[in-house]
Amino acid sequence: MSAVIGHDHDHAHGHDHHPSGLMRWVKTTNHKDIGTMYLWFSFVMFLVGGFMAMVIRAELFVPGLQVVNPEVFNQMTTLHGLIMVFGAIMPAFVGFANWLIPMQIGAPDMAFPRMNNWSFWLLPPAATLLVLSLFVPGGAPGVGWTLYAPLSIQQGMGMDLTIFAVHILGMSSIMGSINIVTTVLNLRAPGMTLMKMPLFVWTWLITAYLLIAVMPVLAGAVTMVLTDRHFGTHFFNAAGGGDPVLFQHIFWFFGHPEVYIIAIPAFGVVSQVIPAFSRKPLFGYTSMVYAVASIAILSFLVWAHHMYTAGLPTTAQLYYMYATMLIAVPTGVKVFNWVATMWKGSLTFETPMLFALGFLFLFTLGGFTGLVLSVTPVDIQLHDTYYVVAHFHYVMVAGALFSAFAGVYFWLPKWTGNMYNETLGKWHFWLSFIFFNMIFFVQHFLGLAGMPRRIPDYSPQFTDFNMISSIGAFGFGLSQLLFLYIVLKTIRSGEKSPEKPWEGADSLEWTHLPTPAPYHTFETPPVVK
Amino acid sequence: MIKTLWQKFGVVVLAMLVPALAWAADKAKWNLQEPHTEVARQMYDLHTVVLIICLVIFVGVFGMMFYSMLKHRKSVGHKASQFHENTTVEVIWTVVPFFILIGMAWPATQTVLSMRDASSPDLTIKVTGYQWKWGYEYLKGEGDLAGLADGVQIYSTLSTPRDQIYGKAPKGEHYLLEVDNPLVVPVGKKVRVLITANDVLHAWWVPAFGVKQDAVPGFIRDSWFKVDKPGTFRGQCAELCGKEHGFMPIVVIALEQKEFADWAAKNKVPVAAAAPAAAAPK
Repeated sequence: MSAVIGHDHDHAHGHDHHPSGLMRWVKTTNHKDIGTMYLWFSFVMFLVGGFMAMVIRAELFVPGLQVVNPEVFNQMTTLHGLIMVFGAIMPAFVGFANWLIPMQIGAPDMAFPRMNNWSFWLLPPAATLLVLSLFVPGGAPGVGWTLYAPLSIQQGMGMDLTIFAVHILGMSSIMGSINIVTTVLNLRAPGMTLMKMPLFVWTWLITAYLLIAVMPVLAGAVTMVLTDRHFGTHFFNAAGGGDPVLFQHIFWFFGHPEVYIIAIPAFGVVSQVIPAFSRKPLFGYTSMVYAVASIAILSFLVWAHHMYTAGLPTTAQLYYMYATMLIAVPTGVKVFNWVATMWKGSLTFETPMLFALGFLFLFTLGGFTGLVLSVTPVDIQLHDTYYVVAHFHYVMVAGALFSAFAGVYFWLPKWTGNMYNETLGKWHFWLSFIFFNMIFFVQHFLGLAGMPRRIPDYSPQFTDFNMISSIGAFGFGLSQLLFLYIVLKTIRSGEKSPEKPWEGADSLEWTHLPTPAPYHTFETPPVVK
Repeated sequence: MIKTLWQKFGVVVLAMLVPALAWAADKAKWNLQEPHTEVARQMYDLHTVVLIICLVIFVGVFGMMFYSMLKHRKSVGHKASQFHENTTVEVIWTVVPFFILIGMAWPATQTVLSMRDASSPDLTIKVTGYQWKWGYEYLKGEGDLAGLADGVQIYSTLSTPRDQIYGKAPKGEHYLLEVDNPLVVPVGKKVRVLITANDVLHAWWVPAFGVKQDAVPGFIRDSWFKVDKPGTFRGQCAELCGKEHGFMPIVVIALEQKEFADWAAKNKVPVAAAAPAAAAPK
C-alpha cells in the first residue's frame, strides 16, 4: 500500500518535468496540448481536403476533360468529403472542446486524460489510411463520401482502407465524446449548475450524445459493406435477398445527426462570440438550450429526406417532409435569439464578430435552401444537383468553418497570450466571405438549371457559372494561407494581448484565468455564484 | 467624338452592359427548366412560393440585424441594454413559423399525391440503368395504347464523340446531352415508367417532366409523366454510378399520337432484332 502511495507522491512532484520536444506531444495528457494538436491536425487536413477541392474546380473550369480523368475526379470528390467532414471540421471542434470545456466549467482537465491522448492519436493513422488509398491498385474509392452500395462493393482495395479509416475515426469520436460527457457531468466547479454553463459547453454535451448514438451506426454500415465485399454476405445485394436502399437508410440514420454534430458546436461558438461583442447577455439562454436539444432529437427522425428519390412509400415521403420542415422552428428560434442578442447592444466588429456575423447571415441562407429542399416535390428536381452542393456548403463552410474561424480569433489571445493582427484578420474575413459566395452562390443556379453533382464534365450551357465558381474556389483556397500566416505570426511575434481583450466576454476562462492561460488551470476549483 | 473621360467610361460601361443584360435575361440560367408536365409545373410553382416566403423572412430578419449593426454600434455611442428574455416575442417567433410551414406543406402534399399516382397508364415503359447507358422496353400494357409498341427495345448511349470531350474537336450544340437512340413517347398520354438497374444505382431524371427516380438493382420503382407538347427533352443520370456517370444522358422525343403510332409500327420488330433496328426520327 505504502509503495503505491509513495509512487503517487513522486508522480505529483514530477508533474512539471513533463517530456519536452516531440515526446511532449506524443505522451501528453494535458487538455490544452491535446486541444492544440486537434486544431493543428484539422488545419492540415483542411489544406489536404482543400487541395482536392482545387483539383475538382480546376477540372470543372471549362467543359471537357482536361486535368484529371473521371476515375480520379470521383476519387477527389470522395476524399474531399470524407477528409473535410471527419478530418477537418469534426476535429476542429473537438479541439475547441478540449481547450475550453475544462476552463469554462472550472475543471482541472478532462475526466479521462489518457483516453484523451488516445482519441487524438488515432486520428493521424486514420487520415494516413485515407490518403494512402489514393496510391493502392484501383485508387481511392470513387463513390462519394456517402459510400453508397452497391457501387462501394465494386471498388478496389482503396475501399477497404477507407472502411478501416472510418472505423478508427469512429472509435476516436466515441472516446472523445465519452470524455466530454463525463467531464461536463462530473467535473463542474461548485455552483456551476447545468443551466449556468456557457452555451458552448451545452452544445458540446448534446453533440457528444449525438456522436455516441450514431458513430456505431456508421461503423455498422461500413462493416456490412466490408462483409458484402469479402465474406459472402448479401446485405445490399437483391440477388441474395438484400436491398441496396438498406445502406442508405443506415447511412443517413448516421448522416443526418452528423450534420448537426458539425453544426451544433458551431452554434455554441457563435453563442459565445455574439454576446461578447454586443456587450449584452445572450438573449433567451434557456430557449437556446431547448432549441439545441430539440434540433438534436429531431435529427434522428428525418434521415430519409436524403432519399426522396430512392422510391420511398408515399406516406413516408410525406412524413419525412413534415418532420424535416419542423426543424425550421428551433433553428429559427436560434437565429432570432442571436439577432435579439445584438438588438440594442453596443456593437463592435473585430474579426471574431465579423466571422460570427458571416456565419449568421450565410448559415441562415443555407437554412432557407434547406427548407426549399425539405419540400419533397421541389427536392425531386433538386436532389443530387449543384443546388444541394451549394446548400450544404453554406451550412458546412459558411456555417461550421466560419464559426471555427470566429472561435480561433476569439480565443487565440487566451491560448497564446498574443494578439493577432486585426487588419490582417479583417482581410481574411472579407476575402473568405466574398470568395465563398463566389464559389457557392452561383451553384444554386447551376442546380436549378439541371447540372447534376459528381460529374467531371458538363454541357456548355453551364460554363459561365462554373468559371465563376472555380475562380472563387482558387481565391478562397489562397485566402486560407493568409489565415495560416496570421496564426503563425501571432504565436511567434504577436503583440502581447491585454489580460481581457474582449470587454463583453464573461465565461470563466476570461473572468477567472490569466492571459495566456497557464499550463494547468483550476487545480483548485473556483466557486461560481 | 468622345471627349471626356466620363464619356469614354460611359461608352465602355454601355458596351459591357448590353451583352451582360442579354446574358442575364436568359431565364433558363436562373431557374428550374421550363416544365412540360402538370407535375413539373406544380413543382416549379411550389419552388417559387417557398422561395418568396424565404425571401420575405430573410429580408425581415436581416433588416433587423443590419439596422442593429448601424444604430446599435459602440462607435455611435450606443449603450448596451441588459435585457435577455421576453416571453411574448419568444412564443410568437416559435408559433408563427409553425403556421407558415403548414401553409407550405399543404400544396406540397397535393403534389406528392399526384406525382406518386402512377395508376391507369396509357403506355408502360421499362427503364433499365446500366453502367453506362439506358435501356428502354415497351411493355405489353393494358391502357389506351396497349399493343401499339409492345416489345420495342431501345439501348440509348451517349453519342457525343470522344474528340469533343478531349478538346480535339469543337463541342456540338447538345454536347453530352445527346444519344444514339432516344426514347420516343406520345404527347397527351399517361406514360408510366418502371425503373430498375442492372448493376449499381442510377437515377432517371428528365427535369422538364419533373421525374427523378433512382434505379435500384433488383427492385422496380415507378413514376409517370404526361407530356403537354411535342419536342425533345434532355436529362442526365442523377445518381453516381461509377466513372462514366457524367456520360449517360437521357433524351426523350415526344411525338403527336399519330406520329408515335407510325414510329411504333415501324419499330415493332421481333424482340431479338429490336435493339440495333430501333432508330428514332431525327
